[in-house]
Amino acid sequence: MLRRLYYDARVRDLFWQIAISVGLVALTIFFVRNASQNMVNAGIASGFDFLWRSSGIDVPFVLTSYTASDNIWALFWAGVANTLLVSFLAMVLATIMGFLIGLARLSSHWLLSTAAGAYVEFVRNIPLLFFVLFWYFGVIAALPQPRDSLGFFSAIFLNNRGLTVPSPMDGSVFRWALLAILLAGVVQWLVVRWAAARKASTGQDAPVLAAGIVLCLVVPVLALVIAARATGWDMPQPGRFNLRGGFVIIPEFVALLAALVTYTAGFVAEIVRGGIAAVVRGQREAAASLGLRPGQILRFVVVPQALRVMIPPMTSQYLNVLKNSSFGAAIAYPDVVSLFMGSALNNTGQAIEIIAMTLAVYLFFGLIVSALMNWYNARIALVTR
Amino acid sequence: MFNRISTSALAAFAMLGAGAATAQTLVPSPTLDAIRTRGSLECGVHVGVPGFSFPNDKGEWSGLDVDYCRALAAAVLGDAGKVKFTPTTVQQRWPVLQSGQVDLLSRNTTITFSRNASLGVNFQGINFYEGQTFIVRKASKATAAKDLDGASVCVAAGSTEEKNAADWFRERNLKVTITNFQKNDDAIAAYDAGRCDAYTAGVGALAGQRAKLKTPDEHIIMAEPISNDPQGPVTRYGDERWQAVVRWVLNGMIAAEALGVTSKNVDDMRANSKNAEVRRLLGAEGNFGAMLGLSNDWMFNAIKAVGNYGESFERTVGNGSTLKLERGQNALWTKGGLLFTPPFQ
Repeated sequence: MLRRLYYDARVRDLFWQIAISVGLVALTIFFVRNASQNMVNAGIASGFDFLWRSSGIDVPFVLTSYTASDNIWALFWAGVANTLLVSFLAMVLATIMGFLIGLARLSSHWLLSTAAGAYVEFVRNIPLLFFVLFWYFGVIAALPQPRDSLGFFSAIFLNNRGLTVPSPMDGSVFRWALLAILLAGVVQWLVVRWAAARKASTGQDAPVLAAGIVLCLVVPVLALVIAARATGWDMPQPGRFNLRGGFVIIPEFVALLAALVTYTAGFVAEIVRGGIAAVVRGQREAAASLGLRPGQILRFVVVPQALRVMIPPMTSQYLNVLKNSSFGAAIAYPDVVSLFMGSALNNTGQAIEIIAMTLAVYLFFGLIVSALMNWYNARIALVTR
Repeated sequence: MFNRISTSALAAFAMLGAGAATAQTLVPSPTLDAIRTRGSLECGVHVGVPGFSFPNDKGEWSGLDVDYCRALAAAVLGDAGKVKFTPTTVQQRWPVLQSGQVDLLSRNTTITFSRNASLGVNFQGINFYEGQTFIVRKASKATAAKDLDGASVCVAAGSTEEKNAADWFRERNLKVTITNFQKNDDAIAAYDAGRCDAYTAGVGALAGQRAKLKTPDEHIIMAEPISNDPQGPVTRYGDERWQAVVRWVLNGMIAAEALGVTSKNVDDMRANSKNAEVRRLLGAEGNFGAMLGLSNDWMFNAIKAVGNYGESFERTVGNGSTLKLERGQNALWTKGGLLFTPPFQ
């Protein structure tokens, strides 16, 4: 009987899986209990009560409604929001820049491809921390002191304390504007789908571009103008040390974003180059012999096939951007590491809880990025015939 | 019958034995044992504040906090050189102490209630009365903290200064942007690069850190402090005997100054002083060292090697140094300061 069970592959697999799961759970419980017991013995406070204590920490760049009189839980979310903002923008911009450099590297123009190649080699062989510090002190050094601020229309000011822009007194009107813009985007997407279906069945082109200009350019501009008119504005005014009022985009943000984008673009460029090189020559030649123009070859033949190769390594680059955003702590960008693992940890001393929560943030958003990219990957793979 | 008698006799002997044992031996001190086995003291210091703990170009540490560790090593091991310094940042210091990587911290660390209550650490006395203030450019014409309305202030994240400053300005309805860096040095560099209008730290720490600026003469340290930040050596919970050693070596250095014992006259004082407290402090009378499990010449060794508190102060941050700090609050209570030590009795 036992012998039969032992030779049954299904039973055997199940047994080992259960055994390993139980072992892992037991090990985790052991570690947690051991750590908490040792902390009690050493007189170190534990538990998550500290999250409801008032934080008292001033944050110079906040997207949420956080102020220094809120609790540490709110501080945590202020940090998470800043991490997500810089990571998301860096992913988008690094993809665009990386694509351009990757295409430049494949160009038949000697100077262009050599410059792109040199950039890639330069970037890949330099540590990211260097990039971050280089951009930071570069940005600060390049910008003028507050009293010599560069002003635009006496509303926007640039100096080494950041870019100060007027801030709306009532933010809710912009939520409506955002909704209108999103709606226009959805309509445009439907138009594109309809046009593609029509083209597939009848071969006729639809005025997609004209609809796009209206929906993606005119509607957003109108929505923003109307929203901007509907609220009062807090205008920056020169003060004793710096400008007063308005919203400040701090130089730490710009420096970190620039560092992440320029660094990651080097890797993205290589992925793009690799992906395009992976499309066999015969495909281009066949497309050319069918009479497609070079732009059409790229758009309809090469890129769709290259994407299949590019998506998996791009996923890991996006994950790297998310994780690398923690380098912001080195230059006082108030991300989750700087605010929560730096300031909050030192004020409460609850290292295990705080580091576990920070890890959970990166794990959670990392898994979301992976899931989205895997979903996209699966879609791309299905589309190709 | 016989069994019962022998059992109770045995129990009685055991109790006697236990009584005798406690009379002769001390409470075990794992930290002291570890230091002796290792042959050196592990002291957690600041990564670099001139005057308090700062390595020179040969890697030799000096400063007020460093001196205290040397005195402690001399008291415990009889040799002021047998100490290993572990530089710690604002963030690293607690885990390094809690995990037992160092025997104590002696590094510009402010004594606060919540640290004592929730970090599992004890503060063993005060070796420097610090007060938080700001360094600004002379050109800004700001002379007191209240002039900083609208300014940007660079600070080390997680320091007491970060919260102090936020509280202080909020209480007075002044709008100040606080930019928090991971390390003091990063914050100073950013201040120097023009990112901030002010950098905040203790008066003593600023006096030393000012030297790191490109043109120290163009900056001014505000005289008026916004807080009280008493600082001193820190140990982790447990091992009370070790905590007593840490506490009394500091007390001993202050007592030596009050009693007029210096590194130069310490031999003479031990041999000839008629003052009973001096004789007990230096081990000429009583066995105070042995009561803590040390040799009786513990404080003699410490003072001989490092000097009393006043000597150490003048050499590291006072007139004998580049910082030229006044004794101020850090003078003895008899001289208008706050330094005080319980009696060696």
